[in-house]
Amino acid sequence: MKTWIAKQKALIDFTLSSLARRKLKNLGLLLVYTIIVFLLASVMLYTHALRHEAAQVLKSSPEVIVQRLVAGRHDLIPPGYLEKLGRIRGVQSKEGRLWGYFYDNVVSANYTLMAPSSASHDFGQVADGKIVIGAAVARERGLAPGNLISFRSYTGKLFIFTVAAVLPHEAELVSADLLLLSETDFRSFFDIPAGYYNDIALSVANPQEVRNIAGKISETLPDARIILREEVLRTYESIFNWREGIVLVLLSGSILAFAIFAWEKASGLSAEEKREIGILKAIGWETGDVLKMKFWEGALVSLAAFLLGYVAAYLHVFHFSAALFEPVLKGWSVLYPRFELVPVVDGFQIATLFFFTVFPYTVATIVPIWRAAITDPDAVMRG
Amino acid sequence: MIKLTDIRKAYHQGQHNELWALNGIDLTIEANKVTVLSGPSGSGKSTLLTIVGCMARPTSGRVQLGERDISGLPERFLTDIRRKTFGFVFQQFNLISGLSARDNVMLPAYPLGGDWRELHARADALLDTLKLGQRRDARVEWLSGGEQQRVAIARALINDPQVLIADEPTANLDTALSREFMEILENLKGQGKTIILTSHDPLLVESSVVDRVVHLRDGHLVEAEQ
Ligand SMILES: Nc1ncnc2c1ncn2[C@@H]1O[C@H](COP(=O)(O)OP(=O)(O)O)[C@@H](O)[C@H]1O
Ligand SMILES: [Mg+2]
Repeated sequence: MKTWIAKQKALIDFTLSSLARRKLKNLGLLLVYTIIVFLLASVMLYTHALRHEAAQVLKSSPEVIVQRLVAGRHDLIPPGYLEKLGRIRGVQSKEGRLWGYFYDNVVSANYTLMAPSSASHDFGQVADGKIVIGAAVARERGLAPGNLISFRSYTGKLFIFTVAAVLPHEAELVSADLLLLSETDFRSFFDIPAGYYNDIALSVANPQEVRNIAGKISETLPDARIILREEVLRTYESIFNWREGIVLVLLSGSILAFAIFAWEKASGLSAEEKREIGILKAIGWETGDVLKMKFWEGALVSLAAFLLGYVAAYLHVFHFSAALFEPVLKGWSVLYPRFELVPVVDGFQIATLFFFTVFPYTVATIVPIWRAAITDPDAVMRG
Repeated sequence: MIKLTDIRKAYHQGQHNELWALNGIDLTIEANKVTVLSGPSGSGKSTLLTIVGCMARPTSGRVQLGERDISGLPERFLTDIRRKTFGFVFQQFNLISGLSARDNVMLPAYPLGGDWRELHARADALLDTLKLGQRRDARVEWLSGGEQQRVAIARALINDPQVLIADEPTANLDTALSREFMEILENLKGQGKTIILTSHDPLLVESSVVDRVVHLRDGHLVEAEQ
């Protein structure tokens, strides 16, 4: 064991000085390789973290949302619906929700307005005349708590609010463009009469029963559209997969180019290298020793590239908010959330990336060497 | 002691360009002596060296190393015997360019996996005795022909082999450097090494350091003289 380690150390030592001889070539290779790993790892880390974030947000969202459809369009929930739903068995709690979109032409952005009930939001209810705003809104409009802000509603009336608070940065992805109002203010801003709601959020006692309860709701309220959280989750999944897919397709072109380049670099044995292998065999190296040395050569380059690329990707995604991808991967809101993703690293993902980058390159270096390394040691005696 | 019995060697056997480089060689090479294989170009000297040094196998015939018959051993064992018993100095030196003199010297020791520090010290000591101490960190392609040969000799000696084998060692050297080489031989002989050379350089063949000259022609032994 000790000699084995000493032998590997000696081989690595030799491999390093051997790599150093072709500094430019190997550094160039390392650079290109690192960039590829960096891009791949960035996409993986980024989408994974986004997905994680979205799942986190959805987890706290209601299990069932009931909307009302009129002529196939989303309409307000009229009075009486809440009571009817309360009679269905298995419904644990119910809440009428008030929310809407508002276009602000000052900054050309869409806001989401909500009137939180004390149960549904950390901020509790917002007092009349006050407003709580998302971080991005605060940034775009240059607002701080205590400032006044005015909006002209769809009915043409001017409303003036005092900023009570700015929503915290965490989960900025969902709260960036959010405005929270009191229920009274909300109703008069959008002209929604009392007793009407946008939709109803339900929570159920037993999650296994969700589909049953959904069935009972449609019996009770035939004009209801029922949105289950698990379906939303699935939709999000597919959206993320789709976005990730686009980026991966774009990347695959460059990966292919790299694969060809690496294969050629690694597999094309120069006459010089062949001569060196002949010399090593002649001075007592076995075929296996030559292969081990070349294995280390491939492994060292690809491992270094993997580590450098992965660390760079980690920094890119979690410390620089994936600046390079933002336009492609995000952007469902005009106000780009400038949030910091919570670092999530998935072992399986690392393993996959490792396998698809380090493994092929190392193999590509060894295969051609095999042929050269089985030459007879006396070949160097000639010429 | 190395004993060869009826050694024959064919290249491209069974093909249209079949060529018999050795046609039945019987030869005993004594330990602690300097033996020179001499003869015209193409007479089979280098081929015989590769067989003596376990670098190649004869097509037929027996090779004995000491008491041991090694002709039938599989390649792995042969390699093992070769790197522990023989040190080779090639005609073209065959150094690996881009590496320092010391790195080149250490190369044959890597597969053996000895202690790295100790190996360094051994390489430096060898380079010192060959008056290359100053040049050990220089890349080998920057060295002169004589210096390159001494690096090649140091490399051949790094695993402390019993037998040193050199193919046409003075072919690329001028008279002064050739004499220096013979001094090195004298030294090694003094240390008890067995030395086997090929050469048709009279300066070497007729030198006093040589104990025995074996003449070859067309793959046959012509005569052996003192
Ligand atoms: N690897 C080889 N393949 C084919 N022919 C060879 C090979 N090595 C040597 N020969 C031939 O064998 C003969 C003996 O060669 P060699 O042993 O190199 O002679 P010398 O060293 O005395 O010049 C020559 O005719 C040479 O061309
Ligand atoms: Mg020759």
